[in-house]
Amino acid sequence: METAVEMNSISHWFGKLQVIHDVDLNVEKGEIYGLLGPSGSGKTTLVKLMTGLLRPSEGVVKLNGEKMPALKQMKQFGFMAQSDALYSELTGRENLDFFASLYGMSRKDRRLRMEHVLDMVNLTVDASRPVHTYSGGMKRRLSLAASLIHEPDLIILDEPTVGIDPVLRQSIWNELNRLRDNGVTIIVTTHVMDEAEKCGRLALLRGGRMMAEDTPFRLKSKLEVSSMEEVFLHYGGGIRA
Amino acid sequence: MNTAAVIKRILRQFRRDKRSAALMIAAPLLVLTLMWLVLDTDEAAVEIAAVGVPEHFVESIETEGMTVTVMEEQEAEEDLDRAEIDGMLQLEDGVPVLTLEGSDPNTSGAVRSKLQKQLSEQSSPIEWEYWNGSSELGLFDYVGPALIGFFVFFFVFIVGGVSFLRERTQGTLERLLASPIRRSEVVFGYLGGFGLFTIAQSVVIAAYSIYVLDVFMAGNFLYVLLVTILMALTALSLGTLVSAFAGNEFQMIQFIPLVIVPQVFFSGLFPTEGLAEWVQVVGNLMPLTYGAEALRDIMLRGASWESFQMEVFILIGFTALFTALNIIALKKHRPL
Repeated sequence: METAVEMNSISHWFGKLQVIHDVDLNVEKGEIYGLLGPSGSGKTTLVKLMTGLLRPSEGVVKLNGEKMPALKQMKQFGFMAQSDALYSELTGRENLDFFASLYGMSRKDRRLRMEHVLDMVNLTVDASRPVHTYSGGMKRRLSLAASLIHEPDLIILDEPTVGIDPVLRQSIWNELNRLRDNGVTIIVTTHVMDEAEKCGRLALLRGGRMMAEDTPFRLKSKLEVSSMEEVFLHYGGGIRA
Repeated sequence: MNTAAVIKRILRQFRRDKRSAALMIAAPLLVLTLMWLVLDTDEAAVEIAAVGVPEHFVESIETEGMTVTVMEEQEAEEDLDRAEIDGMLQLEDGVPVLTLEGSDPNTSGAVRSKLQKQLSEQSSPIEWEYWNGSSELGLFDYVGPALIGFFVFFFVFIVGGVSFLRERTQGTLERLLASPIRRSEVVFGYLGGFGLFTIAQSVVIAAYSIYVLDVFMAGNFLYVLLVTILMALTALSLGTLVSAFAGNEFQMIQFIPLVIVPQVFFSGLFPTEGLAEWVQVVGNLMPLTYGAEALRDIMLRGASWESFQMEVFILIGFTALFTALNIIALKKHRPL
């Protein structure tokens, strides 16, 4: 298996505060890799380190074998931030067109791809409306579409389903599974247990430390528990069974 | 390439966000008009009382904009108390003595100059000629150029600074930087997008001031445009730079008294020649000083390119400096 993202002994400080403690992780191409942890556990910081928005204080981050941050690698992934990160005056289509143009896509490619991702997130009908008229869920879906616009092999999603109703969450996960089946690598952060179960492999984070990393099934069977919640409490809550 | 994408997006946003576009064009026009209404009156009419002054003398000093009323001393003093007249003229041993009401220096000055002019014309008439300007030149003509520059500067600073700030608060800056765009492309995109818009803004504001409000204009309209556009770009680069130090829109507004207001004092609206040297140095650090000086040069003195090119280069220098600092400041959001 090839490695999409490689983090070697990463530590990171904000000023004097250490937020990441010696994290090692490898994300293989074609898997859905979950970062599970309570808020403040360092999920978003890890994501920013992967995407080159932060340079680690210690350690090396590599994307497709190249050390980050590297401008060349910025094309290789799609990123969906925790905030919707959309221009509310612009229409859905104009937002996508703008993000697409940053990846050097030809006008024709942009057109085709735009309609494709709009259809994917079920926003074709609303694409000509300005984003400030969208509901929260529609904005989330448009953000997802924007991260997929350039057909990346790797997508990094920071809490993609926060504040989204169960039906929509299901449809986003169906989409993620379909992308994975097409060979796309997906890294997703979450603090929702049932979402964690849908990941191929999981890293459990707490206080900037990686507590455990494995498939959801093995994490559960190792502790002889039946739910992710118990696994999470075991590692994350500090309660020993 | 990416710069073009950012420019296109900003212009699209302007098209959708009519309110910001209107703020940048309509608001300066409105305020300029108000200033014009206030300042472009004929010089204030003054009124003085003549106490114990011969009739023929009263007639000889009466002139346009100055009424002289013969009064009793007591009546005149009461009127002075209530500031209903601006001065009281008496003769003491055959020498005219004027007691000014004195609470408004502008009015006092007007009374003095009018009276002096009338008196001197009686003895030895002087022909007044103007090297620059004309006898018609009013207060608004003098402050007009600085005001045009100031309003362009102010509104571009606010709108440009706030939109760059919003880019950060709504998360789009992070999203943008997680794409293959260069930091410089983001900054140049902003300069380009707003720059194109400010060309339109400058044309409208300068044309309105000169052709509608009829501000005194001795120079080349294109020079005026060049300077206003450069001022707008300086304001934009300063606004976007300053927005890096603001956490939200409210904090951005807090920079107005810090960054904008002091510049007004050095823009030539108030004379600075007599000030201490270190105060003048402070003024020399402010972009508006140069912009206003260049505009006055062009509009009042019909200056040629050679005489205001230094100011133009300084404005370009300011823009380059602020832009470079802004590109560096963005490192905070992405080290690359």
